[in-house]
Amino acid sequence: MANEAVVDDTGRSIAVVEGLQGVVTDWSSDQQAFKRVPWGKAMMWIFLLSDTFIFACFLVGYMMVRSSTTSAWPNPSEVFALTLFGKSIPLILIAIMTFILISSSGTMAMAVKFGYEKNRKITTILLVVTAMFGASFVGMQAFEWSKLIEEGVRPWGNPMGATQFGSCFFMITGFHGFHVSIGVIFLLIVARKVWKGDLENMKPGFFTTRRGGYEVVEIMGLYWHFVDLVWVFIFAFFYLW
Amino acid sequence: MSTIAHDADDFVAPAEIPEMELYHPKTWLGKYVFSQDAKVIAIQYAVTAMGIGFIALVMSMLMRLQLGFPDSFDFINPSVYIQLVTMHGMIMVIYLLTALFLGGFGNYLIPLMVGARDMVFPYLNMLSFWMYFLAVVVLVASFFVPGGPTGAGWTLYPPQAILQGTPGAEWGIVLMLVSLAIFIVGFTMGGLNYVVTVLQARTRGMTLMRMPLTVWGIFMATVLALLAFPALLVSAIMMLFDMLLGTSFFMPAIVSMGQPLDHTGGNPILFQHLFWFFGHPEVYIVALPAFGIVSDLLSVNARKNIFGYRMMVWAIIIIGALSFVVWAHHMYVSGMNPNFGFFFATTTLIIAVPTAIKVYNWVLTLWRGNIRLNVPMLFAIGFIFTFINGGLTGLFLGNVTIDLPLSDTMFVVAHFHMVMAVSPVLVVFGAIYHWYPKITGRMMDETLGRWHFWITFVGTYAIYYPMHYLGFLGVPRRYYSIEGTNFIPESAMSLNAGISIAAFIVGAAQLIFIYNLFISYSRGKEAGGNPWEATTLEWQTADTPPKHGNFGKSLPLVYRWAYDYSVPGAEKDFIPQNVPPSSVEKGTDETNQ
Repeated sequence: MANEAVVDDTGRSIAVVEGLQGVVTDWSSDQQAFKRVPWGKAMMWIFLLSDTFIFACFLVGYMMVRSSTTSAWPNPSEVFALTLFGKSIPLILIAIMTFILISSSGTMAMAVKFGYEKNRKITTILLVVTAMFGASFVGMQAFEWSKLIEEGVRPWGNPMGATQFGSCFFMITGFHGFHVSIGVIFLLIVARKVWKGDLENMKPGFFTTRRGGYEVVEIMGLYWHFVDLVWVFIFAFFYLW
Repeated sequence: MSTIAHDADDFVAPAEIPEMELYHPKTWLGKYVFSQDAKVIAIQYAVTAMGIGFIALVMSMLMRLQLGFPDSFDFINPSVYIQLVTMHGMIMVIYLLTALFLGGFGNYLIPLMVGARDMVFPYLNMLSFWMYFLAVVVLVASFFVPGGPTGAGWTLYPPQAILQGTPGAEWGIVLMLVSLAIFIVGFTMGGLNYVVTVLQARTRGMTLMRMPLTVWGIFMATVLALLAFPALLVSAIMMLFDMLLGTSFFMPAIVSMGQPLDHTGGNPILFQHLFWFFGHPEVYIVALPAFGIVSDLLSVNARKNIFGYRMMVWAIIIIGALSFVVWAHHMYVSGMNPNFGFFFATTTLIIAVPTAIKVYNWVLTLWRGNIRLNVPMLFAIGFIFTFINGGLTGLFLGNVTIDLPLSDTMFVVAHFHMVMAVSPVLVVFGAIYHWYPKITGRMMDETLGRWHFWITFVGTYAIYYPMHYLGFLGVPRRYYSIEGTNFIPESAMSLNAGISIAAFIVGAAQLIFIYNLFISYSRGKEAGGNPWEATTLEWQTADTPPKHGNFGKSLPLVYRWAYDYSVPGAEKDFIPQNVPPSSVEKGTDETNQ
């Protein structure tokens, strides 16, 4: 058993046991099951687990109606094609949207790093950039919605085939877009807090009213990466299938 | 004699987390209405839940009026009857039991029992209650809209739930689904609190395997709820869209009242899968806190440690995990692939193993105990009886071949009322009699409590035993009237009348309980800090009732598990969790080895 002395933020030393034995040690100990994990972070992980079940239910429901509906399912490659420079390119908009969202995860991860380094300026810039990526994702989603609506696709009807295509599309991308929009708002709030130095002074935070340091940026990041990961599944199951 | 107690240790690890900051309200409103103190929130939850639960109790009385004495009451027509069935079921399962066990007992007991000053996020906790309150308001509003509340049955199966002809198909169903969605959002806020508090905010010395089983039961039930409610939320959203936007998630092509509807190609079975993926864990969301609480009541009043503590904990965890892979045993007759029946019957019967372990351990806890037959203990022992009865009929219904003829008969009604209605409710009563002295500082009246228990307990059997027989006769559930049905003998009618009379007596007996609740608040005997001589931390607080922050100046240190009763060699027959081994008073009796 490799024991090493680790000092936490407040200067106390905590013995850490490596590997699987460490998990057993932590869970059989008192006070905390996840050592040195702030309450907000633990809460975010558990919330995301719960949210995973929501998206899983949406996607499984979509797969089930898709396999049991009586009319033909439209081909997503054709529906989501854009004509650029006289050429029809399948899924081009979705590809750009996916690229943007994954890039935003990159800037988010960097924001977390610079946050822990207490580099307020760069952290703020990165958070705002992440929020802008997110906002442009939502904007393109809105463009895609309006394009489909123009082509006659509605939640209750679809000229291209199964009505469930429209219902699932608007419901699932809508629910995901709602998550992204909430994320953008929260990103801007966190960016403002970083800029003002609230996290340095451990001012009581928003939403939970608990005091928080720069782990608040990381917690925000957990949510943002989750929203990104969910999009990958929606992309795979809805657009590529 | 070597050790004085199970795994007790004088060593306590240093504090890893700083003291929790408490929010101190300055106004009356902030102290009693929008309070962020878990104990006040707990009482708000409990009072709201019991209030709406009482309405649901009255509804069941109205149903029994109709079933026992058909054609005697003009105000109960078929529509009203099915609306009563629906709202009674939904309120009792979600708005009473879930809210009371998790929001009520969870909020009050988790911080006290694990040695925390409050929940980790008091502000979210406050929001959680007010969301729940809003959900209840929306639910109650559905009684006053045109068409009344939904009459789709508590399972809300589409297509019928949103078709013309079903009572409440215009407004009632919409309000029902919206109310459920609000409830889920509110519950999630509270549930995250309970889970993080148990995992991350225990006091020094409180390991997971020293926690009282009450906390284990509520904790695991909360985990189940956080993972099961999403399925209900999704099905509620999809059904709202079917209803309001005209989508066809659950609606196949259908002809209603001679008119073909616009829906096409939807899948009603999908709703049943989603609903029961929530619905079955929901049974355990209600049952696991009851398991936990009853374990503690039995141990305290038998003056013995709970038998097989580790097995009890693992049984809770295993039951929780298995509850997610049994849902389709509610759907044997739904038309799903019959091969699923084999899988789901098998998993269902496997759940009987950890459940039986728990029942054996409860009985073995009683064995040769120094039993104090007070009111909470009566309710706890009553629970063992009703739970075994309901559990055994569950084995009948878990088997596909037996379920098919019994499906949708009164046998099912009798089964689930025994196992997940009366059993948890008996525990709720036991728990209230047990913790009332801590919450108010006064004991509840013992005589009234005994009357309440015996009428409720005997009445339960008078109501539900004959109902099993009605089920065997083929009397269907949810039917407004069974008159003129050739295969049901006339005697079934007299049996129904008898059941109704028993139900009225039991219903009236609950007034004794409510009277007791109120009268004891001012006139009850002074309780003192630890009237039951219990070991867990909530009985060791500086003040009774505990003040904001729970434990006075310093948090308790925990040296032992929660079940040091009748420890050989110790002078008293209980050692609180916060007493270090070195300061346990040794008895002089040499025979205590």
